[in-house]
Amino acid sequence: MISYGRHQFPGKLFVVEGTDGSGKSTQLALLHQWLKAEGYPVFFSEWNSSPLVKDTTKRAKKRHLFTPASFSLLHATDFADRTERDIIPPLKAGAIVLADRYIYTAFARDVARGCNRDWVRAVYSFAVKPTMAFFFRAPLDIAIDRIVSGRPNLKYYEAGMDLGLADDPEESFTIFQGKILEEYDRMVSEFGLTVIDASRSIERQQREMRLMISQHLNRRRSKSN
Amino acid sequence: MEQEEYSGKLIVIEGTDGVGRSTHIAILRTWLESRGHAVLDTGMTRSVLAGRGLKEAKTGHTLGRLTMQLFYATDFIDRLENEMLPALRSGFVVLTDRYIYSALARAEVRGIDSAWIRSIYGMALVPDVVFYLRIHSAQQLVERVLASGRGFDYWESGMDLHLGEDFYDSFIAYQTRMLKVFDRMSAEFGFHVLNASRSVRSVASDLRRAVAKVIDETAASDETSHPPDKIAPINIKDVPKKALG
Repeated sequence: MISYGRHQFPGKLFVVEGTDGSGKSTQLALLHQWLKAEGYPVFFSEWNSSPLVKDTTKRAKKRHLFTPASFSLLHATDFADRTERDIIPPLKAGAIVLADRYIYTAFARDVARGCNRDWVRAVYSFAVKPTMAFFFRAPLDIAIDRIVSGRPNLKYYEAGMDLGLADDPEESFTIFQGKILEEYDRMVSEFGLTVIDASRSIERQQREMRLMISQHLNRRRSKSN
Repeated sequence: MEQEEYSGKLIVIEGTDGVGRSTHIAILRTWLESRGHAVLDTGMTRSVLAGRGLKEAKTGHTLGRLTMQLFYATDFIDRLENEMLPALRSGFVVLTDRYIYSALARAEVRGIDSAWIRSIYGMALVPDVVFYLRIHSAQQLVERVLASGRGFDYWESGMDLHLGEDFYDSFIAYQTRMLKVFDRMSAEFGFHVLNASRSVRSVASDLRRAVAKVIDETAASDETSHPPDKIAPINIKDVPKKALG
C-alpha cells in the first residue's frame, strides 16, 4: 500500500476544502469549466459519492446510527472507494482530478466529533497527496449565514446534534462549525493548505486559483517537451 | 487512560472458512445458557450499520482492496460499540465468530500495509480468550466445503487476488496463505489453538472445558476481591492498542 506523499502519478490533483457555505463548490465548478475549455482531461470527484457505500450512509444518517468512530470509518470507506475508483486511475492516466472535499474534511469533522487526531490521520494514510489543496476560509458568521438562510432546517449530523452540544440545531451547528474551523486552521501549516479568502468576490478568488494552478500545469507541459 | 470494569467475558472463535466456527458457537451458546449465563453472539458482517451494505458490496465484486478493509472495520466498530460493549457491561458472555484477527489476516494476504490495518483496529478490546480452530491444510477445508453442499464462494476462494485458474485452485492457494498467517498470529497474540480436524464432539468438549475455566476463574476471584479488569474501554481519543499486544 502506498501512503500519503509517496504516490507518483503523471496526473494532477486539486482539492477544495472549507466549512459549509464557504463557496468552494462554486469555485471548483468554475475551474472545471476553465480546464475543460483549455483542453485538459478533467475528472471530478466529490465527498460521499461512492456507489457502494451510499445507501449505508443514507440509512445511518436517517436512523441516527452513527457514533463518532463509525461515522469516521464509514466515511473513510467511502473515500477509499473514491480513491481506488475515481482518483488513482485518472491520475495514472495523466488527467486532472478535481475533488470537492478531501481527507481534510474528515480530519476536521472527526476530530471535532472527538476522534483522536493521530488515529484519523492513520486511517486515511492511503490517500494521494494533492498537488494543491485550497482551503476556503470564510469568517464563521458569514458561512453560517449562507447555510442557515439557504436551507429550511439543518441536518442532524451536519449540525453536530449527535454530540449534545446544544438542544437548538442552529446553536449546535454554530458551535460545531467553530470547532471544525479550528481544526482547519491547524491543518494549514501541517499540510500546507493554500488559504483562499472566501470573503472576497467570486471573480477575484477564481483568478487567484487559476494563476496558481496554471503554474503546475505549465511545469508539466515543459517537462514532457 | 480511563479504566472501566465489567463483569462480562469476551470470547473469540477464530479460524479460516469452513472450520466449523458457527457450529461450535451454537453448541457453546446452548451450553452456556443452560449453565445460566446470558450470551450474545455476533460475527462479521452482522452490524446494523454496515452489515447489509457490506454484503451488497461483496456481491458486485467491484469492492476494492482498501475499501473492503474499511467497510469491515466499520462493521466491526459498530458491533463493538453497540453490541459487544453494552453486553459486556451487563455481564454477558459475548461469543464472537471471528474478531479483528480474521480482518488482519485477510488484509495481510492481500498485501495491505500491516501498520495501517493495525492502527485502524487499535480501538479493539483485548478478548479474554481467542480460540483458534486450526485445520492443517487447505485440502481439508475443501472436503468441508464440498460436504456442506454450498460450493465455492468468490471471496472465500480469494478470487479477487487472481491466484489460480479457477475457484478450486484459487481456494487452495488463498486458504493456504491464510493458514500460514493464522499460525504466525497464533504465536503473536497467544491464541488457544484447538485441532479442528477432529470430530465436532471432541472439539466441543475441549472448548467447553476451556471456556468454563475462563468464566470460573473470575467467578472465584469475584468472591474475594474486585481486581481492575484488564480490558480497557473503547476510547478513540486514547487509541488503546491492547488488542494488538
